[in-house]
Amino acid sequence: MASPSLANPAPFDPDARMPAVEWMKRNLFKNAFQSVLTIIVSFAIMSLAWLLFRWGVLDAVFVTNDPQVCREAAGACWAVIGVKHRPMLFGLYPYEEHWRLVLMIVVYLATVVISLWPRFWNLRILVPLWIASVTAITVLMFGGVFGLRYVPSNDWGGLPLTIILFTGTVLIGMPVAVLLALGRRSPLPFARGISVIFIECLRGVPLITILFVAVNVFPLFLPQGMEVNKLLRITVGIAIFFACYQAEVIRGGLQAVPRGQYEAAASINLSYWQTTRRIILPQAMRIALPSITNHIVAAMKNTSFVIIIGLFDILTATSAVMQDPLWRRYYIEAYLFIAFIYLFFGYALSRYARQVEKWINIGRI
Amino acid sequence: MQDHYHAAPTGRNKPRSLHDLLYSKAIRTTFYQVLMAVAICALGLFLYNNVVDNLTRQNIATGFSFLGQVSNFEIGEKLIPYTPRSTYLNALMVGLVNTLVVSAAGIIIATVVGFMVGIARVSGNWMLERLALTYVEIVRNVPVILQAIFWIVVLRNLPPPKNAFVLGEFGFLTNRGLYFAAPASTPVHFWMWLALAFGIVACIIGTVAARRYREVTGRYVDMLLPGLALILGLPFLVWLVAGAPTEISYPVPKGFNYVGGVSISPEFTALLIGISMYASGFIAEIVRSGIQATPKGQVEAARAIALKPRFIMRYVILPQAMRVIVPPLTSQYVSLIKNSSIAVVVGYPDLVNIGNTMMNQTGQAVEAIAVMMIVYLGISLTASLVMNLFNRFVAIKER
Repeated sequence: MASPSLANPAPFDPDARMPAVEWMKRNLFKNAFQSVLTIIVSFAIMSLAWLLFRWGVLDAVFVTNDPQVCREAAGACWAVIGVKHRPMLFGLYPYEEHWRLVLMIVVYLATVVISLWPRFWNLRILVPLWIASVTAITVLMFGGVFGLRYVPSNDWGGLPLTIILFTGTVLIGMPVAVLLALGRRSPLPFARGISVIFIECLRGVPLITILFVAVNVFPLFLPQGMEVNKLLRITVGIAIFFACYQAEVIRGGLQAVPRGQYEAAASINLSYWQTTRRIILPQAMRIALPSITNHIVAAMKNTSFVIIIGLFDILTATSAVMQDPLWRRYYIEAYLFIAFIYLFFGYALSRYARQVEKWINIGRI
Repeated sequence: MQDHYHAAPTGRNKPRSLHDLLYSKAIRTTFYQVLMAVAICALGLFLYNNVVDNLTRQNIATGFSFLGQVSNFEIGEKLIPYTPRSTYLNALMVGLVNTLVVSAAGIIIATVVGFMVGIARVSGNWMLERLALTYVEIVRNVPVILQAIFWIVVLRNLPPPKNAFVLGEFGFLTNRGLYFAAPASTPVHFWMWLALAFGIVACIIGTVAARRYREVTGRYVDMLLPGLALILGLPFLVWLVAGAPTEISYPVPKGFNYVGGVSISPEFTALLIGISMYASGFIAEIVRSGIQATPKGQVEAARAIALKPRFIMRYVILPQAMRVIVPPLTSQYVSLIKNSSIAVVVGYPDLVNIGNTMMNQTGQAVEAIAVMMIVYLGISLTASLVMNLFNRFVAIKER
């Protein structure tokens, strides 16, 4: 089944170029019921917007270092973000080393922006770029070389930790997902069985139990004296969980590739891996792209689960900061700020994915 | 999928030489699989040996006998009898019941809100559609843990019971919990629930009978009103016959708390709001796409044969929409149940929270986590089984 959203003809939009009055007649005041509905809803929206505006802008305190000022104000205390943004965004990382985290975020965002640009969609550019930026980020985060102070990964926190968890999840999870999806449709019954059991079992349990395994059980599996970094264990745990969901999505894409494609590849004597890599996967990934994006956004939200095992991601750091008796009354502002960060990145990701869908469907009906 | 080009050689081209043997698909396939099986067995054995080794060195007991030990911790919310003297198994049962209760309530709320918002998304009213879209985008894109934490902080910042937030005499909102007035409990309630169950069964039987009757005679019997009358009327009748008890139990301040009425803990409320709002955003989108999936021609065709509008909704749009809605709805329900496992961040004693305490007390991480995983796997599999049955019921019946 080809998803209808993939077909991209310029649709006939009856609303385009319609006079405003005509548009309102059709979309707001079609009949008595719709008119009443419109009036009630607009009234509700306007009063809500007014309340929010009064609380968030008119009566709000934007800059101050004195909690007393906020106490006297009737509205929001956005100043809490100004005062607390460093522990919120950077967690327990040593205060005077925070510039390294800022630099890390800059490097990361630059790498991502370059990778998202179709002009650079070339493994000969992307692979060295990512290797370089991962190395740079590792150096910045750990330190210990070039006169930088060594910071163990237990002290990492805030936004950089969320970024590392999310990126690690996607970078590790996507290849695993493709392998699992191929395994599930493999001609080898044994590989198929293993993939099915793995995918179904992991999809049936909550992420938290997998994090518990990564933290509490995995060390027991290693021979004595061997240790794996806790952050790495957790990232791999989230990545495998992510991969199981993603594998099902990719499998859907694989199933949607027409049978003739396999037959055509077989008729020119391509091997299994040649067929998969050059013929099937590119088409399957394109078909599955909308759902793949959904799961990537979900992976970003899922990084917040690490609060349960005590990793200091942006949410944990904020919750910890909000224990401060002077400022804890303004928790709503702080949590709104964090929610806004998640919303912003989630929105940016899905907008970008929609753009990619347009690019890769140029020339298709 | 067994591709034809991977198929074993047929009689016509039997392998003859060693070269043919080495390059035969069947032999290679078997070889790879044996290799994989051996590798997995070896890995499993290696890990098992390590675990046994590590556990004996750290003096951690193995096996599930610890479930019979006394738990020594108190649980705040319990619906089945439990004391710190009870066993770990009892504690886990309390947690399981709590998980099921919050999930069931969450599924009901998420479904109701999700369907309302989903229908608002295709209401044809631009203003309402935008409002619904905003709601969906916000609740879907903010992590469920953040939402739950937000609500627990809001509820914990309510005033203390002494100067509670008062909703008339019907409710008090405090940082200790929410207290509402409720009908005072009488034995009549039991009979009313029984009547409700009886009404539902009678309604189902009536609907089936009406369909049979229609198939045989071609005469249509509308079971909507009689069905509603059965489901709602029977309990009402029982209530009337029992002398219509109207006594209401109000929450009254006493000491540092309230007595009477019903009370809901902040932890339960925060978790419930968090997981059900999060799921409602996804359900709204599922409902929207389901309604939009009904082709326009179906509605036009129904109008062309002069079907009444309510019949168009019930017999043309809804059955087709439900076919699209049910499968993704199932997975939303299952993921809501799994999301309830974040209870530990708000302090609600669900299965994972209690399992976590148990794990910290006994050190038997492998067993404790295995118990949690098996229970959730069981819940997920049961849920998808039930929904698959339902799905078969609404799926296209080709004749």
